[in-house]
Amino acid sequence: MSAAPARRASPLRAAVRNPLTVAGLVLLAVTLTALAAAFVIGWVDPSGPAKANLHGLNAPPGTPGHLLGTDNGGRDVLIRLVAATKATMLGAAVALTVAVALGVPAGLVAGYRGGWAETALEWLAGLAMSLPSLMVLMAIIAGLGTSMWISMTALGCMMAPAVFRLVRAQVHAVRRELYIDAAKVAGLGDARIIARHVLRVVRAPVVLMVGVMSGVAVTVQTGLDFIGLGDPSTITWGRMLSEGFEALDTNRLLFVWPGLAMVSTVMSFLLLGNGVRDALQRADTATRPRGRDRSPASRPVPPAVPGPRPKPPRPDELLSVCDLVVGYPDGSGGLVEVVRGATLGLNAESTLGLVGESGSGKTQTAFALLDLLPRQATILSGEIRLDGVDLLSLPPAERERTVRRTIAYVPQEPMSNLDPAFTIGHQLTEPLRARGVGRAEARARARGLLARMGISDPDRVMRSYPHQISGGMAQRVLIAGAVATEPRILVADEPTTALDVTVQSEILDLLRGLQAEMRMAILLVTHDLGVVADLCDDVAVMRAGRVVETAPVDVFFRAPGHEHSRALLAAVPDEGHVRPDYDAEAASAAWDLAYARKTSASPDRSLGGAGR
Amino acid sequence: MSLLEIEDLVVRYPGRGRRAAPFTAVDHVTLDVRKGETVGLVGESGSGKTTVGRAVLGLAPVSSGRIRYDGGEIHACTRTGRRALAARIQVVFQDPYTSLNPAMSVADILSEPLVAAGAGKARARGRVGDLLDRVGLPSDAADRYAREFSGGQRQRVAIARALALDPELVICDEPVSALDLSTQDRILRLLLDIQHRTGIAYLFVSHDIAVVRHLSHRVAVMRRGKVVEFGTCRQVTSEPAHGFTEELLLASPVADPLRQRERRERRRARRRTDVDPRRQGAS
Repeated sequence: MSAAPARRASPLRAAVRNPLTVAGLVLLAVTLTALAAAFVIGWVDPSGPAKANLHGLNAPPGTPGHLLGTDNGGRDVLIRLVAATKATMLGAAVALTVAVALGVPAGLVAGYRGGWAETALEWLAGLAMSLPSLMVLMAIIAGLGTSMWISMTALGCMMAPAVFRLVRAQVHAVRRELYIDAAKVAGLGDARIIARHVLRVVRAPVVLMVGVMSGVAVTVQTGLDFIGLGDPSTITWGRMLSEGFEALDTNRLLFVWPGLAMVSTVMSFLLLGNGVRDALQRADTATRPRGRDRSPASRPVPPAVPGPRPKPPRPDELLSVCDLVVGYPDGSGGLVEVVRGATLGLNAESTLGLVGESGSGKTQTAFALLDLLPRQATILSGEIRLDGVDLLSLPPAERERTVRRTIAYVPQEPMSNLDPAFTIGHQLTEPLRARGVGRAEARARARGLLARMGISDPDRVMRSYPHQISGGMAQRVLIAGAVATEPRILVADEPTTALDVTVQSEILDLLRGLQAEMRMAILLVTHDLGVVADLCDDVAVMRAGRVVETAPVDVFFRAPGHEHSRALLAAVPDEGHVRPDYDAEAASAAWDLAYARKTSASPDRSLGGAGR
Repeated sequence: MSLLEIEDLVVRYPGRGRRAAPFTAVDHVTLDVRKGETVGLVGESGSGKTTVGRAVLGLAPVSSGRIRYDGGEIHACTRTGRRALAARIQVVFQDPYTSLNPAMSVADILSEPLVAAGAGKARARGRVGDLLDRVGLPSDAADRYAREFSGGQRQRVAIARALALDPELVICDEPVSALDLSTQDRILRLLLDIQHRTGIAYLFVSHDIAVVRHLSHRVAVMRRGKVVEFGTCRQVTSEPAHGFTEELLLASPVADPLRQRERRERRRARRRTDVDPRRQGAS
């Protein structure tokens, strides 16, 4: 989120910056000029395209008076080509209008309302899509005559289901968005909600589809005329193609010109549709961070208040981080530092809480320790020492091996870290099997681990798929997987944030028990100071990419050293504070006052519903 | 007299598939909110607390029971009646990222309810500055897009939208649970401040009993669709009558190592003495 108001460029201007879109625009301009010229010809000299010069049959291009030459009837090719634009384009426009006029409203209604309307429309669309369109077209032409209007309307009807399904799917995706609910609560009618909130989502894909379908309409129309199913009284590119085909031996170019016209028109539609869609989509895309701390870039880092310099790491620390700096590309060639000199130390068999608000860099620091930073991130400087060895100085392969052997990881969202396609048992035994453990032994070990996690029926859980177990259970499974290799360090990134408090307390108890039993050190990344108070021995407070305070937990809560730590503690809802009982008189007085103000401010407002 | 009265509310959703049993999200819930009062509704995920709020707003189907607002029944409101209620009952949702349309400017978002209520476009725009001021946002925020703001600022915009029509009751559905601690603190203060100034009532839905205690006059505890306990904040959070409330209170960690240790031990002692009906194992 940029601090300065980032004005968005208008979608059209953005579209014009794309060279392919510009090419599309140029091609479309040529077609539109021809279309305008066709109307002028039809108005000034309606018989022009049929005028024959019997002295110059099959004149080559460049012949004076005939820029593209003449055909085998002595008629001017350019004039005919331009005049044919009119019928071709009108035909395409009819088909498109019908398709959009049927498909978009039907899709909006079906997607937004659901229920029987959706079922009925869906059924109709399915029926229309299952018909072989070319045969239906031929049947219609055979029955109702060769009028272009009729055949193109029929084509539009047959393209409408595709539009319908696209729109319906798009509307489905936004129907459950909270802003639609908020609009309902705000008193907006369905029509207004659709116009203001839903159409916006639909327009980009519809524009793309209209581009594609314009091409299809032009091609189908041309094809019908080419095989002689068109209206014989109008010139179209299809008819010119057909004439050219017949004269293929005498004048090949007659086949080329209408073909070129068709190809360039279809190209222009496709290119433009693409370009406008991209531009619209860019304009509509919301920036939305995924979970806590996952969007390190693009957040302006406030200047760090220089706090008391943390102590340098002691040699007896199991894991120490010293002056770690992690940067991400900022999109314009530079780097944004999300971790700006973090220093912390983790003692053997103890628990360190790494706390801070979102964007403070705590998760990035943990990922750096785990050698799990995304590819675009770079560690710019600093040291990560494990048993006194600087991990960053090791070659990548060796670093990874060391980290995987020593440090295990428990993520924030247990569900998204299990593969929905495999059973829990498979996912727990797979890593063991990969290390050469036999099938039976792997199963026994996985089973034992699950039992150790406090799961009362490990066999049932082993057989379950992730969607069949609760979030708390999934987190137990992930912890089981993490400790299966008996790591010396466990990094847990907000391991209980997604869980209910009662489950959270069980998971924290579990971690405490495992730590004592397996003599692990735990690095607990969290924003919850209650969790810190429950589990941690020491605390490191991060702010703006730096560790501003490191302290034993009782010192931290009793006498926090840094201003930011004090601010964090002050923000915790006060245990001792209970809201005083409701004072009916005072509340009633305040309410009457507010109500009087409200009615006097807008006497015209009608308060409906409950009938005051 | 109560402003909002919920009586024996049941919300049932049809099961998936033909033979699946219907799912009862809210099971005979009775509670009320008085003028200018905050009623906290706590429970774990899936307890039905959010659905109660949505039923009041007309966003969840009422299978049986009654919801009365200021004396009139609203549970079977027509759409027109519902739209008239917009000026009286409003909402602040949990997720400030999806509750604001990312493609609209803040001014558009805030003037939308006013325009829908029949105010002219110019008059609606004129109120935007005032609304931003009430939630502590600078007036130049009006021309920016919701996506340019942080979570806390977005939640302020959502609160401003809820206040646009001067409602008497706001359903707050976990309004601070997606926010950082310090942001949460500021938003809670803002909500309290607005209540002191305008006498607005809140139905405050949350999973966090510490937050609820801070804000509520009365607290209702929900579990599996039922209200297990409903009483004054002091009574429910200090001398809980129901075992589940006590369990919730003991499970919520306190930011003090000594007291947290004591709380942990009490929780363990409690678990040893009574058979926990909620053994993990079920999904």
